[in-house]
Amino acid sequence: MSLNELWFLLIAVLFVGFFFLEGFDFGVGMETQILAKNDTERRILINSIGPFWDANEVWLITGAGAMFAAFPHWYATLFSGFYIPFVFALLALIARGVAFEFRGKRDSKAWQKTWDVCIFFGSFLPPFLLAVVFASFIKGLPIDKDMQMYAGFFDIVNAYTVVAGITVVLLCLVHGLMFTTLRTLGDLQERARKLAQKLLIPLAALLVAFVVMTYTMTDIFDKRGTLLWIVVVLAVAAYLLAGYFMTKKKDGYAFGMTGAVMALSVASIFIGLFPRVMISSLDQAFNLTITNAASGQYSLKVMTIVALTLLPFVLGYQIWSYFIFHKRVHEKEHLEY
Amino acid sequence: MDTVLLSRIQFASTTIFHYFFVPVSIGLALIIAIMETMYVRKGNEEYKRMAQFWGKLFLINFAVGVVTGILQEFQFGMNWSDYSRFVGDVFGAPLAIEALLAFFLESTFIGIWIFGWDKVSKRIHLLSIWLVAFGTMLSAFWILLANSFMQHPVGFQINNGRAEMNDIFALITNGQLLVEFPHTVLAAYATGAFLVTGISAYKLLKKQDVAFFRKSFEIAAIVGVISSFGVAVAGHAQAQYLVETQPMKMAASEALWGESGDPAPWTVFANIDVKNQTNSNEVQVPYLLSFLSYSKFSGEVKGMLELQQEYEVAYGPGDYIPPVKTTFWSFRIMVAAGSLMILFGVYAIYLMWRKKMDRPNTWFMRFMFWGLLLPPIANTAGWIMTEIGRQPWTVFGLMTTEDSVSPNITSGQVLFSVISFTAIYAILGAVLVGLFVKVIKKGPYAMDNEHGESHDPYNKEG
Repeated sequence: MSLNELWFLLIAVLFVGFFFLEGFDFGVGMETQILAKNDTERRILINSIGPFWDANEVWLITGAGAMFAAFPHWYATLFSGFYIPFVFALLALIARGVAFEFRGKRDSKAWQKTWDVCIFFGSFLPPFLLAVVFASFIKGLPIDKDMQMYAGFFDIVNAYTVVAGITVVLLCLVHGLMFTTLRTLGDLQERARKLAQKLLIPLAALLVAFVVMTYTMTDIFDKRGTLLWIVVVLAVAAYLLAGYFMTKKKDGYAFGMTGAVMALSVASIFIGLFPRVMISSLDQAFNLTITNAASGQYSLKVMTIVALTLLPFVLGYQIWSYFIFHKRVHEKEHLEY
Repeated sequence: MDTVLLSRIQFASTTIFHYFFVPVSIGLALIIAIMETMYVRKGNEEYKRMAQFWGKLFLINFAVGVVTGILQEFQFGMNWSDYSRFVGDVFGAPLAIEALLAFFLESTFIGIWIFGWDKVSKRIHLLSIWLVAFGTMLSAFWILLANSFMQHPVGFQINNGRAEMNDIFALITNGQLLVEFPHTVLAAYATGAFLVTGISAYKLLKKQDVAFFRKSFEIAAIVGVISSFGVAVAGHAQAQYLVETQPMKMAASEALWGESGDPAPWTVFANIDVKNQTNSNEVQVPYLLSFLSYSKFSGEVKGMLELQQEYEVAYGPGDYIPPVKTTFWSFRIMVAAGSLMILFGVYAIYLMWRKKMDRPNTWFMRFMFWGLLLPPIANTAGWIMTEIGRQPWTVFGLMTTEDSVSPNITSGQVLFSVISFTAIYAILGAVLVGLFVKVIKKGPYAMDNEHGESHDPYNKEG
C-alpha cells in the first residue's frame, strides 16, 4: 500500500470513528428534547455523555488536521468550497460545546432553556451538515481545473444530500438512544429502547432511499460495485441484528449494531470515492485524487511514523476512560452538569 | 470590502478572542495541578477544595477555549485556502500532530478529572490533571512550531510551486520556535498566575475566606514571579533573533526609518509620521536598543528605508514596510505590561517573605486585582506585534497575505461569517465573565453543587 493510500484510509477511519463516537453523543443531545420528560432526565442524559463528548469531537478535529497535512488540496477545496455550511456547523458546535458547561451554572429556567436549545440544534445541525457535505462529495461538485470549487446553493442542497443528511441524523438518534439504554436505568432506559425500535422503520426507509439514489445518481456503484454491495449486505445484516437485539433487550449488542450501520454508511462514501477525494461534475480530469491532492512523500512518511506511534496510546486511554465511566448514571448521584 | 480585508478582520478578531482563553487554560492547569499535588502529598482537604474552586473557573474557561479552537483549525481552509495549498505539506503536519498528541490527551483526561473524583484513585486523579497540563503545553509546542514556520521558514523546499517539508528536525529545532515557545508558554503560566492572584486579592480585600485565598495567592504569586521573569529573558532572546531573521519587524517595532547610529538608542515614545517616513518628539534611552538587539552596548540596527531597498532586491518590487504605528505601540504596550507584572510579582514575594500577607496593603491588593488584566493585555499586544509586524507576508519571504486568501469565496459570505462569529463570541465573552463573577462571589465553600445537594465523595457522611 502506498503512503497516499494509507493516509486516505486513516482519514476514512478517523471520520468513521468520529461518526460512530460523536454520533451517539449527537443523538443523546437530540434526546434531551425528544426523550427527556423533565430537567432531571435531561441532566442524566447530558451527564451520560459528559466525560466523552469532548474527546469524541477531537476525532473530527484530527480528521480535518490529517486532511490538511496529507491532502492539503482536499482540505483547501473542501473548506473554502463549503464556506457557508461550515460557518453554520461551527456556530452549532461552538454553542453546543459551551452549553454543556454553562447550562447547570445558574438556577434559572430561562437560562437552562436557552442552553437546551443550543444543545439540541448543536447536536442536530453538525451531523446533518457534515452528511450533506459528504454526500455532495460523491455526487460531484463544480470544481474547475485549478481545484477551485464554485458551488451554488443547489449543488450543495438537493434531494440527494438532504436525504443523506436526514438519514445520518436519524442514525445518530437511534445510536444515541442505544447508548442511553447502556448508561441509564428504569423508565428512561425503557423509553429509549422503545423509541429506538420505533425509529427503525423510518430509518430503514431512508437507508433504502439513500442506497437507491446513490445507485442512480452517482457513479460509485459502477466504480466499486462488488465492495459496495458487500457493505450494503453487511449494513442490512447489522440493521436486522440491531432490531433483533433491541427486542431481546441485549442493549450492548444493539448499540454495537447501530454503530456498525453508521460506520458502514460512512465507510461506503470513502469506498466509493477512492482513489478520488473530491469529484468534479465539470470534467473527470479535474477530480481531486489521492495523488494530485497529496503532500510530498517525506511529509507523509513523517506523519505515518508519528500516527502509528501515537494511535495505540490514544486508543488505549480512550477505551480506558469508557471503562472508568461504565456505570449507569442516575439521579441520586452527583450530577456534574 | 474585499475578501482579503474581511478575512483578515475575521482571523484577527477570532484569534485574539481565542487567545484570551488559551493562556488561562495553560496557566490554570499548572496551578491546579500544583494544588492537587499538595492535597495528595499533605492530605489536607483545603488543597483539594482549592483545586476544585479554581477548577470551576478553569472548566468554564476551557470550554470556551476548546470551541473557539475548532474555528481556528477550520478557517485556514475556509478563508485561506491558497495559503493552505501552498504550505499544507509543512503546516498541516504540526496541526495534525497537535490534535493527535495533545487534544486527545487533554479532552480525555479533562473528562476523567471532572467526572472522576469518586471513580478513580487519588493518584490517578492527580495524574489526570498533570496530563491535562502537559497536554496544553504539547499543544502550544506544535501550534507554535507551525507559527514559527510562518515567521522563519525552515525545513522545506519549493516543489511545483508548493512548500514541501524535507526536514522535520529543522522544523522542531527552528531557532524561532526555541525562543517563541518558552516566551509564550511562560507568559501563559503568568496569565493563570495573575488571574489567581487577582481574584484572591479581591477576596482578601473583601475579607472573605481569607485563609483560603491567602494560600491561593501565595502559590500563584510564586508561579507568577518566576514566569514573568522567564518571559522577559525569553523575550530578550526573541528580540535578538528577530534582528537576524526579520529585521524589518524589528525596525518597525522601533519606528526606525533611517540608520540607528552606533550605539543604538531605544525609543520610548515617538510621534510617528508614516506618510513622510519620519518621527518627531522622540524620547530615547541611549544604548538600550543595541543591548536589546545584541546583548552589548554597541552595534547598529538597520532602518526600514534601507531594508525596504534590500527586500526589493530580494523579493521584487512592493511595499515591505508593515503598519509601523501598530507594531511600534503594541511592542511598547507588551513591554510595559510585562514590566508591571514583574514589579507586582516581586513586591508580592517581598510581602510573603516578610510575612506581611496576613495584613496586606489595601492599595497593593487593588493593584493586584487589576493586575489580572496585565497578562491578557501583554499577550494580545505581543501577538499583534508578531503578526502585524510580519506583514505583508503570511510566510516570511515566501507568500504574501494578498495571495493567501481563498479565491472562491465572496465578500458577502465572509461578511456573514465575520458578523456571526463576532456576535456569538461577544455573547460567549459576556456569559463567561458573568459566570466567573458568580463563581467568585459564591466562594469556595458554597460551591459543592449548583443544584443544591451537598456532595463530597471523600466524606462518608456526604
